[in-house]
Amino acid sequence: MALLELTDLTKSYVDPDGRSQRILDIPSFTLEERQQTALAGTSGCGKTTFLNIIAGILRGDGGSVIFDGKDLSQLGEGERDALRAREMGYVFQTFNLLEGYTALENVLLGMLFGPGPDPARALALLDRLGLGDKYKHRPSQLSVGQQQRVALARALANRPRLVLADEPTGNLDPVHAREALKMIRELCDEQGAALLLVSHDPMILGTFDGVQEFSELNRALSTVEDQA
Amino acid sequence: MTGAGSLFMIVRHSMRRHVLSTVVTALSAALASGLVMAVFSISTQSTRAFSGGKVGFDAVLGARGSSLQLVLNTVYHLETSPGNIPWSMYQEIKADPRVALAVPYAVGDNYKGYRIVGTTTELFTDFEYQEGKRYTVSGKGMIFDPTLREAVVGATAARDLKLQVGSEFNPYHGIRYDPGSKHSELYRVIGVLEPTNTPSDRVIWIPIEGIYRMGGHVLRGEEGEEFEAAAGASIPDKHKEVSAVMLKLSSKQAGFFLQNQINRQGKTATLAWPIAQTMLDLMNKLGWMNRILELVAYLVVAVAAGSLLASLYNAMNERRREFAILRALGARKGTVFGVIVLEAGSIAGLGALGGYLVYYAILGVARAIVLERTGVVLDLGAVHESLYWTPVAMVAVGVLAGMLPAFKAYSTDVASVLARA
Repeated sequence: MALLELTDLTKSYVDPDGRSQRILDIPSFTLEERQQTALAGTSGCGKTTFLNIIAGILRGDGGSVIFDGKDLSQLGEGERDALRAREMGYVFQTFNLLEGYTALENVLLGMLFGPGPDPARALALLDRLGLGDKYKHRPSQLSVGQQQRVALARALANRPRLVLADEPTGNLDPVHAREALKMIRELCDEQGAALLLVSHDPMILGTFDGVQEFSELNRALSTVEDQA
Repeated sequence: MTGAGSLFMIVRHSMRRHVLSTVVTALSAALASGLVMAVFSISTQSTRAFSGGKVGFDAVLGARGSSLQLVLNTVYHLETSPGNIPWSMYQEIKADPRVALAVPYAVGDNYKGYRIVGTTTELFTDFEYQEGKRYTVSGKGMIFDPTLREAVVGATAARDLKLQVGSEFNPYHGIRYDPGSKHSELYRVIGVLEPTNTPSDRVIWIPIEGIYRMGGHVLRGEEGEEFEAAAGASIPDKHKEVSAVMLKLSSKQAGFFLQNQINRQGKTATLAWPIAQTMLDLMNKLGWMNRILELVAYLVVAVAAGSLLASLYNAMNERRREFAILRALGARKGTVFGVIVLEAGSIAGLGALGGYLVYYAILGVARAIVLERTGVVLDLGAVHESLYWTPVAMVAVGVLAGMLPAFKAYSTDVASVLARA
């Protein structure tokens, strides 16, 4: 059984003119345990919405999102929150670290709503990512690359089975981007987590085998193009 | 770390990050909490002190008029005397078998604003202001000789006027200090009383004969005939008069019968009995003032709650991203709601703790003022029930004030907030 299996997923939103716009129409998508895959797509094509639905932050209008045998579309918001906390890690383009907290506390925050804070593991992760001596630093005291690594440690803190990465290197220069991607992939591999990464950066996408174009996956985009 | 521990960690961070608004809001909660406790506690204590406190005497006999004025004038040494009664009335009541002790008071003079009361030595030898406690002269002092110009000074008066054994002073006419109305008679302090924490601490006691013989004092006695005492000559009883007679009764029934006899059947005097009831009537009449103070205290609580609500609500815009991130990390809506409510409750709780400082500060100032003005002592250590329920109520009000911002946090649209981040 696949770790993640999407079938006939649809999502629409109402635009400012009051018209319903379909942004997602995905007949099928699967991700196996420990699989690392990348989706390529331009900005505004619905990639983030897609990840948010998988994470359970949003709910699709139709279809099913089966994660580890559970259909997220049938779960209540609280159950989806709990599942996300325990089983998924999320790496954002803007890292979304909390400024008032140290690097260690940011990682511990990632654990708060899952299995519970484990400072030893949090420190080990930060150490593994080269931040062993910076765990007391606040995000503003860290470089952008270091912030990215704290975000990665937080995403992996709960030993998730799936890491969702939304343009994770979008704010980094090419050298740091390559380095960050390497770390994400290595750590997911080490931790046994599957990785679903979305990006529009060819350099990043080039490191994955069999990159899927999001426009091919999402029929809503081709419909828009046909209409155009 | 437990779930609650996690919430506390987030709350602690938030309070630290918004330290100024946290401190200001907690201060306003402290002020509100302290004010409520002070209003209730001082109101209860002063009512108890003025109406239920031990004053030693059971009743006061004085000129026909207001019982309240009589009690205020003789027990609390406030207000003016309602008039005088003849010496014969004092002798009559003293001889009454229903009266255990009768001590005459004559007022009308002061020394720099502190009352001079003429009385007899029985006040020091026979009168107990509390069970088993008599006025005691400190150190090597003595009680006055009724035939000499000697004074025994209450502890507060002695301290404030810097009078000690051997000090001499000239009384001033009237109960209010007027530097132009100085009597020529010179009195010598023969004793200073130990503090009693009663209004008597503010009094200067002299022999009652001294009041009669003070220059310019005109006695009208029994028949209203004017009489001025001459030096060296005795004063016939028919010319003597007293401002009041303080009575210790032999039984409760005695008070009932005497009151009936003097107040209902007689026409020349008033018996204020029981003293506590007279003061309780006054307190009840002044009850509206307490209601207003309570209302003001409640309004301050409302303002504190409003400021808590405003400070948390205003911070919500800035914190929406924080809550969206927490939600993305798996925090439930209820958790985010709980964070805000817990934060509101914590700030109110800090304020409630600070409220005790405010309470003791207000009580300390009130105690000093009441003691200075009336001689009545408010107990700093007295435990009023408001000291328990006010902090609890303050936290509850804080939690309520946190509901609206908490709901705003609860309704954060995670995806759209993160998309804008």
